Amino acid sequence: MNFDKELDARGLNCPLPILRSKKTLNEMTSGQVLKIIATDPGSVKDFAAFAKQTGNELLSSAEAGGEYTFFIKKK
Amino acid sequence: MEEKKLAIIATKGTLDWAYPPFILASTAAALGYETQIFFTFYGLQLVRKDLGALKVSPIANPGMPMKMPFGPKWFRGINWNIPNALQCIIPGYESVATALMKQTIANNGVATIPELRELCQEAEVKFLACQMTVELFGFDHADFIDGIDYVGAATFFEFAGDSDICLFI
Repeated sequence: MNFDKELDARGLNCPLPILRSKKTLNEMTSGQVLKIIATDPGSVKDFAAFAKQTGNELLSSAEAGGEYTFFIKKK
Repeated sequence: MEEKKLAIIATKGTLDWAYPPFILASTAAALGYETQIFFTFYGLQLVRKDLGALKVSPIANPGMPMKMPFGPKWFRGINWNIPNALQCIIPGYESVATALMKQTIANNGVATIPELRELCQEAEVKFLACQMTVELFGFDHADFIDGIDYVGAATFFEFAGDSDICLFI
């Protein structure tokens, strides 16, 4: 999937992956896509909840080998 | 959609209890909540320039796992059930417990309190401090970080009365 920016949130625990993502999204423009890689298992539900509450669209959420990858499109 | 509001009253002044207000406030701000924290009584320790007073105490806290943040896995898995009576007479026990807690926090990729506090301020979480307890505890405004409003309960209710969520921590 194409993306405009990437955030490495591996090794970070709640709430840092969400806070760093929000900060990165703030620097992006509407329609741009942010890729996030995380290792916190709680982040799967957290990113879905984050997208739902902020209106940014969660394009995909996937897990492979203990790493979680999310693509979020900025509102 | 109108912006949601979160009001938090932070009353505890220990390292462990410093986490809930700052984690919830920073996350709420990231979700678009307008957020205020009212620091009162021991909670004032959380907005001091010097956070050195923030410690954890395992004494009379049976819920606290007492595990070592270093060594081989089998060693880290041991829960050290040290009797309260013993904990009380060992000098520096809380300082050691605090150092171990900070190491555990770092090992787990959990943010430090100064980091979370800064993230809250960056996200425009508003900090209010209870002027009455500032005086009661003999603190000076110079002891605290910048950007704090010193107010009374009535000011807190102005915001809290309109909030969607109000938490006492």
